[in-house]
Amino acid sequence: MEFFRIKKDIPFMRHAIIFNAISALTFVAAVFFLFYRPLNLSVEFTGGTVMELRYAQPANLEAIRSTLRGIGYEHPEAAGFGTAHDVLLRLPVVKNITAKDASQKVYEALCAAEKGGLTQIDNINAKGEHVFKQACTGANNVELVELRKVEFVGPQVGDELTQNGLKALVMVVIGVMIYLAIRFEWKYAVSAIIANLHDVVIILGFFAFFQWEFSLTVLAGILAVLGYSVNESVVIFDRIRENFRKQRKASVHEVIDSAITSTISRTIITHGSTQMMVLAMLFFGGPTLHYFAMALTIGICFGIYSSVFVAAAIAMWLGVKREDLIKPIKEKDETDGAVV
Amino acid sequence: MNRYPVWKYILIAVSILLGALYAAPNYFGESPAVQVTSGKSTLKLTSDMIAKVDEVLTREKIPHSELTFDGTGTYASVRVRFPDPDTQFRAKAVLEKGLNADPADPSYLVALNLQPDTPKWMQALHATPMYLGLDLRGGVHFLMQVDTKAVLTKRVQGMQASARSLLRDKNVRHAGIERVGDTIVISFRDDATRQKAKAVLGDQLQDVTFADAGADTDLKTVMTLKPAALKQTTDEGVKQNIATLSKRVNELGVAEPIIQQQGPDRIIVQLPGVQDVARARAVIGRTATLEIRMVDESITPGTELTSSIPLNSELFTVGKGVPVVLSKDVILTGDYISSATARQDQNGQPAVSIDLNGDGGRRMRDATRDRIGKKMSIVLKEKGKPEVLSVATIQAELGSSFQITGMGTMENSSELALLLRSGALAAPMDVIEERTIGPQLGAENVTKGRHSTMYGFAAVAVFMIAYYMMFGLFSVFALACNLLLLVGLLSLMGVTLTLPGMAAIALALGMAIDSNVLINERVREELRAGASPQSAISAGFDHAWATIIDSNVTTLIVGIALWVFGSGPIRGFAVVHTLGILTSMFSAVFIMRGVVNLWYGRKKKLQSIAIGTVWRPDNAAGATGGKVATRPDTK
Repeated sequence: MEFFRIKKDIPFMRHAIIFNAISALTFVAAVFFLFYRPLNLSVEFTGGTVMELRYAQPANLEAIRSTLRGIGYEHPEAAGFGTAHDVLLRLPVVKNITAKDASQKVYEALCAAEKGGLTQIDNINAKGEHVFKQACTGANNVELVELRKVEFVGPQVGDELTQNGLKALVMVVIGVMIYLAIRFEWKYAVSAIIANLHDVVIILGFFAFFQWEFSLTVLAGILAVLGYSVNESVVIFDRIRENFRKQRKASVHEVIDSAITSTISRTIITHGSTQMMVLAMLFFGGPTLHYFAMALTIGICFGIYSSVFVAAAIAMWLGVKREDLIKPIKEKDETDGAVV
Repeated sequence: MNRYPVWKYILIAVSILLGALYAAPNYFGESPAVQVTSGKSTLKLTSDMIAKVDEVLTREKIPHSELTFDGTGTYASVRVRFPDPDTQFRAKAVLEKGLNADPADPSYLVALNLQPDTPKWMQALHATPMYLGLDLRGGVHFLMQVDTKAVLTKRVQGMQASARSLLRDKNVRHAGIERVGDTIVISFRDDATRQKAKAVLGDQLQDVTFADAGADTDLKTVMTLKPAALKQTTDEGVKQNIATLSKRVNELGVAEPIIQQQGPDRIIVQLPGVQDVARARAVIGRTATLEIRMVDESITPGTELTSSIPLNSELFTVGKGVPVVLSKDVILTGDYISSATARQDQNGQPAVSIDLNGDGGRRMRDATRDRIGKKMSIVLKEKGKPEVLSVATIQAELGSSFQITGMGTMENSSELALLLRSGALAAPMDVIEERTIGPQLGAENVTKGRHSTMYGFAAVAVFMIAYYMMFGLFSVFALACNLLLLVGLLSLMGVTLTLPGMAAIALALGMAIDSNVLINERVREELRAGASPQSAISAGFDHAWATIIDSNVTTLIVGIALWVFGSGPIRGFAVVHTLGILTSMFSAVFIMRGVVNLWYGRKKKLQSIAIGTVWRPDNAAGATGGKVATRPDTK
């Protein structure tokens, strides 16, 4: 098989302005959405309680909300999750309920609303592990509401996570720039970082626009995209450097075009393969990995785009030259000859 | 040109074998077991226990195998395996009865457990399965914040008490000792006394610095804790809390709990298998500190609520024997108690007998020697709210072991004994993060993570082979080696696998294929340019190598930054991500080259290689064949 039968170098750089304009527009739109409606931060950042419940009967969300209002939550968030039996609650930290007791209180209240009672169960599961469990059971010992997952995060933890996330981002940017500046040249470092931070902002824009939940795992995914996307730019830069050596008479324009053309099949195949993996995660990974895979999917699409059209173009406009990458060693040889 | 020396093949073989060896335990599963741990802090579990457990089981004719002794100190345990869960339950009951003389006060705790089914010789090589994080197995996770300010306040209070007693012992007259924030201010009437006091205190208290203040007749010296001592105080506070938590968690009988320090003042508690948050919190969250204090005798009993309380005393209104006014000086804290048991005294009254450690015994003697007939009280502080547990009259000089009476019921006394025994926390703690994951959900997460990796891998493999033919097959082999090495490495390092970690494994595979694609495309390109197959392979690998290094180092930088600055899920992701990059470089370049060399390297007159279609712009006919003949004339 052979997907790409390219006879001549594709003149990517001729259209650089258009591509970058598209890029800039997407970027501005992303920034706009980030300000217009802030990210839907997960409980890890904001603090509060998230509970995942499974009802024996299809859940009545309105009844659940009113129960929650009854115990002091003004705007309780209860949403279906997967099936009609699964409910996801997101509860902010409120004054009259100490945050750490919230899950217990809520579970008790919801259990009472289902006319069940809380019982302690000490049993041993199939694997022989001891399981202590609190269950809400009704008549004939049917479990009415199953507590599948609870997450409570205090507000102080969230602040730290945000700080650590920003620190990691700054470290990544600095580290990558230093490496690229050493291996290539500062112009490449600058253009790669600009191109790839723009990917990150665009992913964030998507999360803001659709109000997808932004969790720590998603943050990890986005930072991984940053690395991935830089990786992409590096492959092209590598080829540019090589072409500068080989095609001595070609203009910068042509060199970049030919570099992108000769790597485009690899670019598409690589991203295609990674995307296959990510799609597998998106379809089979379950709700926990859903947004992580989503962030990667967007990241991969924009990663190609930015590396190919944005990073190379910015490098070109910054004025990369053959001399920047290929150190003139030959002159020395000539003087050597003259002395003798 | 495409030959590897033998040592490189040996290296490849060894690395794959090691990878397989350490990855293998993850496929063996686990079998039912029982774990025996010490139920008392005074009782140290030794390897003699193995014989004892064996004896009990043999006597009751319970089939068992493989007795092992693990861990040291508080974490020591004896583990026994059983053929099936039924035997396991029977064994648990038998061991509980056989090992403990008094079931009400067990010396040994017996808990159900799971032991990996890894063959013995593998275990001997430390090949153990990966530990699954709570999100994959279910359980409760707590992150507790230690109130270090309270630790400090307590330390400063202790400093105040010792300063007062030192000055009294040496007959140095001061005009008052006060605690102001985190410092102690001592007032003096003249400078000579101040110098003397400083000499006396400086001699005995090493961890403080003095600063003079005030003038004329109102001279002061300010005692401040040295920064190093300050840090040590909080460190020790956190350590003690961890020790106390371990004992309490032990009482829950949870197999393999995790209790770890995180950062300077936080503690993680993870209890696999536990779903009952309320109960877990009740046991580990008894954020109590114990203090033994003297009753202020200057207040007439019965007038506590109305009379003015001396500066150095406090009024307590909650608990037994209240209201009562107690001196602010703490004689002893819970840290000094080495054991406590509930029993009946000579008169058949419920009592708690307490043993103190050496230092505590000395303090107790000093405090009670000339206070016989006076009253002493035990105060339990939970979340800053004090509760008086008992007010007792000192009958005789108390040493390192003594009794407390007056609890009322036997139940109360055993509860007090438990509190005393399980040790008090050095500082109050607060739960700042809590996660409960149902075991069902955990199992679902594992399956989903495994499926997404499997299907993704299969899709990539099919595509690679279809697109690159033989080279695609080599790539898939390299990718499989990568997975093997990564899982082996993670198991060897004892990394805890979490859901983001599983995602990172899948992503690592997706990204690892990049190196293979780079190589394959390069080889094709060389062929397209008319190179001979052998030189195309060689040049393809060489050219690709530089690019692979550059692109992976940047990804590596990202991985390491996440590892260093991330926490929780981010770190779990970063560890796997970083290791995955390393193994992918090794397998894509080194192993794949090895396989290619083995396959094609020996053929001297290699006419074509199976790398899929190599399409040439100048010759459309070349586009059809699966294999490409070289055309030496192109150059």
